[in-house]
Amino acid sequence: MSRIAVTFTLNGARRRVRVAPMKRLLDVLREDCALTGTKEGCGEGECGACTVLIDGRAANSCLIPAVHADGATLVTVEGLARRGGALSALQQAFVTMGGAQCGICTPGILVSAQELLLRSRGRVPGDAEVREALAGNLCRCTGYQKIVDAVRAAAREAMPARARAARRAPKARATAKARRTAKRARRAR
Amino acid sequence: MLTLPRFEWVEPRTLDQLLDHLAAHAAESLMVAGGTDAVPNLKHRLHEPRYLVHIGRVEELRFVRDEADGLHVGPLVTLADLARHPVVRRDFATLTRAASLVAGPQLRNMGTIGGNLCLDTRCTYYNQTFFWREALGFCLKKDGAVCHVVPQGKRCVAAHSSDTAPVLITLDAEVEIRSRAARRTVPVESFFVADGIHNNVLAPGEVVTRVFVPARARARIGGYQKLRPRGAIDFPMLSVAFAASRRDGHVADARLVVSALAAKPRSVTGLDALLADGVLDDAAIERIAQAAAKQCRPVINIPYDEDYRHAMVPVFVRRALREALGLPPRAAREVVTA
Repeated sequence: MSRIAVTFTLNGARRRVRVAPMKRLLDVLREDCALTGTKEGCGEGECGACTVLIDGRAANSCLIPAVHADGATLVTVEGLARRGGALSALQQAFVTMGGAQCGICTPGILVSAQELLLRSRGRVPGDAEVREALAGNLCRCTGYQKIVDAVRAAAREAMPARARAARRAPKARATAKARRTAKRARRAR
Repeated sequence: MLTLPRFEWVEPRTLDQLLDHLAAHAAESLMVAGGTDAVPNLKHRLHEPRYLVHIGRVEELRFVRDEADGLHVGPLVTLADLARHPVVRRDFATLTRAASLVAGPQLRNMGTIGGNLCLDTRCTYYNQTFFWREALGFCLKKDGAVCHVVPQGKRCVAAHSSDTAPVLITLDAEVEIRSRAARRTVPVESFFVADGIHNNVLAPGEVVTRVFVPARARARIGGYQKLRPRGAIDFPMLSVAFAASRRDGHVADARLVVSALAAKPRSVTGLDALLADGVLDDAAIERIAQAAAKQCRPVINIPYDEDYRHAMVPVFVRRALREALGLPPRAAREVVTA
């Protein structure tokens, strides 16, 4: 069967691969591009472990023939980190808040959350909004609350400093004090 | 891991190229736009086309136009874009709701309104791997000759599972269908037929080119209620759509559609008689709920208990009607009758 040339932008770099038409985008990312961060869970579009951004929109790469992605701009979990490999605010929040446990769902959840953060730039999405944005990602470990907390913490982090100050202005001193106390408690441990 | 079968990828850029291809190879082609339903089905070998025709690059099929006669929507508009469209949100809130209840966010980003309308029917004995189906001796929808749902059944009863179709029916929407030779328009209600093997009127070579919601549906009140095991991802095991126009406290043009039970969405009949003088009060809601339950006969075509689905018909009809009136889902005392 004849192979088809497919060109796309992957995590900021142009890539050109030749693929069989029935090869899924997920397989091309993992096998041809050696980016194994994107996982396969169910292979049927239920679990979201294979989520990647296609032209800024979260989609299940296990349901997309690679040829479908010709000309697209793709972002995988490997593309979220900052230049040099430092974790992004979102990734760091997952580490800090315990949003990742066994880790198989984490790449997909990070990518779905990234779409939400790009969409809701400048404000912190509510609990329900985060849950709705992550409704296509299953996690069997965490019970989701820590994931939701981590996404919201990352959104707060991403807000411009002035907006952040305005948000907490009424209780600024109290929260700052609470944070200092918490920090001290952590150190003591 | 389930692999895709072998196929040739065909990617028309214009509607003309698409219609030309279909005119020559309709029987060996499967059209795919978002691929969210077609791709899992391909993995299960439910379709084995020689050509996979990706219509996602036919840009002339991607549009939302708000005109005086109504809303024109191209079949390639994704469910996510449809649900976010300001005009749809303002004038057709139930359509927004139905579109945003389909599957999960990733699937709505890829899945299209055209694909959701033409969604293949679903059944316990059909949506399985080739291995699974072969072990049971296949079924009459694919590869076999018997129905495992209705013993001795000669007609496929796989469930119509589109969320947007019931709502579009209540809004008197129409679909425009084109082939190389002709162009026709059919109401969404007559688009579906009671045959689970191929549950719509599309003939080989035909393609849906437009969904049209008439302007008279703009001011309608409405509700859409979907029963599913989880709050996301799942197909409906029961769905209820309602719409009506409201003038000084009275409702007219009431339409109620119950779906996900059989191959075709069911329009509940006799609403005008049940709505004495167009008054939609608690008593009328109850009459309609009971009438709907009488008219529906679920079968065990999807893996959920049919008695439960039947018992939920009046409950979800009540909720849909109350949603249309802006009331909370439950009255002070809700009677559940089997």
